[in-house]
Amino acid sequence: MSAVIHTQGLEKTYAGKKVVLELDLEVRQGEIFGFLGPNGAGKTTTILMLLGLTEPSNGTVRVLDMDPARNPLEVKRQVGYLPENMGFYPDLTARQNLRYVAELNGIYGNEADRRIHDTLNQVGLEDAGDRHVQGFSRGMQQRLGIAELLLKDPGLIILDEPTLGLDPDGIRGMIELIRQLRDERGLSVLLSSHLLHQVQQICDRVGILNEGTMVACGSMNELINQKTAEGARLESLEDIYMHYFHSAPAARRL
Amino acid sequence: MWTIFRKELADHFSSSRFLIMLCLIAMVTLIITYMAGINLREELSGGSKPGSAFLMLFTTSGRFFSLSQFITFFGPLLGIIMGFDAINGERSKGTLPKLLSQPIYRDAIINGKFLAGVAVIAILFTSLILLIAGLGLLTVGAIPGINEVARLIIYLLVSIAYVAFWLGLSIVFSILFRSVATSALAGVALWIFLAFFTGFCSSLIADAVAPVDNQKNTQQVIANREVKHKISLISPVNLYTDATSTLLNPYRKTSKSFALLGPMERISMNRFQNPLPLGQSLLVVVPYLTTLLSLTVICFGAAYICFLRQEIRST
Ligand SMILES: Nc1ncnc2c1ncn2[C@@H]1O[C@H](COP(=O)(O)OP(=O)(O)O)[C@@H](O)[C@H]1O
Ligand SMILES: [Mg+2]
Repeated sequence: MSAVIHTQGLEKTYAGKKVVLELDLEVRQGEIFGFLGPNGAGKTTTILMLLGLTEPSNGTVRVLDMDPARNPLEVKRQVGYLPENMGFYPDLTARQNLRYVAELNGIYGNEADRRIHDTLNQVGLEDAGDRHVQGFSRGMQQRLGIAELLLKDPGLIILDEPTLGLDPDGIRGMIELIRQLRDERGLSVLLSSHLLHQVQQICDRVGILNEGTMVACGSMNELINQKTAEGARLESLEDIYMHYFHSAPAARRL
Repeated sequence: MWTIFRKELADHFSSSRFLIMLCLIAMVTLIITYMAGINLREELSGGSKPGSAFLMLFTTSGRFFSLSQFITFFGPLLGIIMGFDAINGERSKGTLPKLLSQPIYRDAIINGKFLAGVAVIAILFTSLILLIAGLGLLTVGAIPGINEVARLIIYLLVSIAYVAFWLGLSIVFSILFRSVATSALAGVALWIFLAFFTGFCSSLIADAVAPVDNQKNTQQVIANREVKHKISLISPVNLYTDATSTLLNPYRKTSKSFALLGPMERISMNRFQNPLPLGQSLLVVVPYLTTLLSLTVICFGAAYICFLRQEIRST
C-alpha cells in the first residue's frame, strides 16, 4: 500500500506560537484515517497545509505524490475537501450549487448533468435537488457538501469535522456514507473529529493530535491493545484519549 | 474565471439589490431627462439650435441637477453597492473555503467578480444613454451629430472607468474587513470624504501654500486656484467631473451647477470658454482617464496582495 498523504516534520507557527509541531503523518491508499484531537489541537491547520491553502512554516508535505505548495491546482483537482462549516449559496438550488462547483472544475454540459445526478443519488438527496439550499437541514447540507466533493471524482477526500452539529441519526448516516464511498469508490479518506466515539467504528487507523503534536498513531488494534505504564488495558478509543490527555498536563484545561 | 464571471453576472441580475438600483436610476433618469428636455425646448425655441443641443440634455439641470451630475454623485454608490460584500460575503456564507479548494487561482475569483461588476455597469450605462437619446429625440427633437455621438461614447467609457474604480475599491474593502457592514461603511465614508471634503481641504492647503492677501491681485488668485485645482484632483470624483464636463460641454453654456461640486465646475468653465474641437477635448481628457485607470489598477494590486496572503478559515 502506498501513501496518499505523507508529511515529514510539518510545522506551522502563527505569530510566534507553534500550532503544529514536527508532524509526521501518513495516510495510505484506500484507508479511512481518523485525525482526532480536542478543539484547537491543530487539525484544521494541518488540513489547510495539506491542501496548499496555507504555507507550512517547516517540513515537507506530499499529497498524491505532489507538493501542494508548488502545485496547488493539480492537488485541488484531485483532492476533495469538505471544510469545517461548509456553506452554500442559499438562493440557488442544490443542483445549481453543484453545477457551479462542477464548472469550477472544468466539467460542463451533459457530463456535468450526469455527475450531478449520480452524486445526488449517492448521498441520498435525489429528491431535494431542485430545492433551495436555504431550507436544508444541517444534515442535508453536509450531504450536499459530500456530493460537491464527489463531482470532481477525487482519489482522496479530506473531511474536516463531517459529523459536527449533526443529530445521532445524521451522524450514523454520515458514517455509513463515508464507509460506502470508501468501499464502492476505493477512496482514501482523512477525516478529522474531536468526538472519538463517533468515528472510531469506521477508522482503519487513527492519529491523535494534542496541542500540535501527534501523541498516538496506529491502527485501532495496535492502540487498543497496548498497555499503559500502570498495566491497565485500553479498551476503546475513549480510553486511549483519556489516557493520553490526562497524562499530558497541557490537556487539563479541557 | 469565466465560470465565476457568469455566476456573478447572474447573481447581480437576479439580486433585489440590483433591481432597486435599476428602478431608482430609471426613475431619476426619466424625470431629469424630461425636465431637461422641457427646459431645453424653451431655451432653444427662440433661435436656431446650437450644434450640441443633444449633449445639453446631459448637462442641463432641470429643477434639481443635471444627469451628468447625477452620475458623478451616484456612480460611486453604485460601485460600492456592487462590490462591498464581494469577498467577505462569501466568507460569511462559508463558501470561501470551498471556492478556494477548487482548482482555480485565487486571483480568478477577484477578476471574475470585478469583470462581472464592470459588465453590469457597462450594460446599465449603455442602456441608460440609449434611453436618454430616445427621450431626447422625442422631447427636443435634437438629432445627435457624429461629433456628439463620439463624445457620448467617450463619456460612457470614462463613466464606466469611474464606477469601476469604486467597484475595485469596495472589493479591496471587502477583503480587508471581515464584516460586510464595516466594508460598506468604509466605502461610503471614503466616498463622502473624496466627494465633499477634498474641495474643502484643497482650499485650506491652497490658502496655506499660495495665500491671497488681496482679491484684486489676479496673479495670486490664479496661483491659488491652480494649487487648489491640482490638489482637488487627488479625488477621483473631481477627476471625473473635470473630464466629463470637458467632454460634454464644448460650449460650456450651463450656469447652474451642483452646489457641492460647484467650485470645480466653475474653474473648468473658465478654462474652456471657447468651444473645443473633439480632438482637443480628448487631449484634455486622456490624462484624467489614465489617472482614473491607474487608481483602479492600484486598487487591484492591493486586492491581490491582501487576498493572496490572507488566511482562509471558515471559523
Ligand atoms: N490565523 C491564526 N492566527 C493565530 N492563531 C491561529 C490562527 N488560526 C488558528 N490559530 C490557532 O491554532 C490552533 C489550532 O487551531 P485549529 O487548527 O483550528 O484546531 P482544530 O481544528 O484542531 O480545532 C488554535 O489554538 C488556534 O487558536
Ligand atoms: Mg478545526
